[in-house]
Amino acid sequence: MTISKTETLPVRSGDDVVRVRQRVRALAIEIGLGLVDQTKIVTAASELARNTLDYGKGGDVRAEIVQAGLRKGLRLTFEDQGPGIADIDQAMTDRFTTGGGMGLGLGGAKRLSSEFHIESTPGTGTRVTIARWK
Amino acid sequence: MDRIPILKLGGALIVTIQVDMHDRLALALEEDLTAMIARTGARGVLIEISALEIVDSFIGRMLVSIAAVSRVLDAETVVVGMRPAVAITLVELGLELTGIKTALNVERGMSLIQARLLEDDEGHGSHRDDFED
Repeated sequence: MTISKTETLPVRSGDDVVRVRQRVRALAIEIGLGLVDQTKIVTAASELARNTLDYGKGGDVRAEIVQAGLRKGLRLTFEDQGPGIADIDQAMTDRFTTGGGMGLGLGGAKRLSSEFHIESTPGTGTRVTIARWK
Repeated sequence: MDRIPILKLGGALIVTIQVDMHDRLALALEEDLTAMIARTGARGVLIEISALEIVDSFIGRMLVSIAAVSRVLDAETVVVGMRPAVAITLVELGLELTGIKTALNVERGMSLIQARLLEDDEGHGSHRDDFED
């Protein structure tokens, strides 16, 4: 798998979440994703960026255009140095929330992506990677 | 600060969301709508979202919250104009718009609210319009 483009965006405010959505949309169009797939990855990115902001106390997202053979994909990595997640299974469960949200962010983002990976260390931070392939 | 304009048409309030919602704007809209329902005695709130490219759980929560507060003030919320790609994504995300009526477009949404206003007219002699300012 090769990476043909990489950019890093900050997630430090509500306005940054809006900018992440706009950038992800542009990259999704660039790799030729259809409208429904664009909407899915942008929505997943919005959920994860908000998690980074609200639970991770801010962080960054790395957006990459990746290629495996003839397939192109968009891979997004959300990383924070926040408090981390003690029980990932619980955090992935729909309706579970510690922050007053709807508790759909992680589970929802997973359903909207072709690939989903999460690592978290309490006290160190959280990294969530998603990808959507054309 | 930016605000989303709210129009009054008969017993309904109409809001068109044309911009990418951020936190402050969402909170301001909720406050403005609540104040306006209380002031005008509106029976319906129509929220038109055809310009929204996504509805995530943040916006979903805002819509659910507006609908809940409106209901306490005896007004019904109808969300109209959702894009098909947004609807598909919303279902996959697992977001349920609890307490919100949806309609395909403004015309159908307004007829839901009109039906409610008609019931009032036929009803129990309580004329909320008397209290309008």
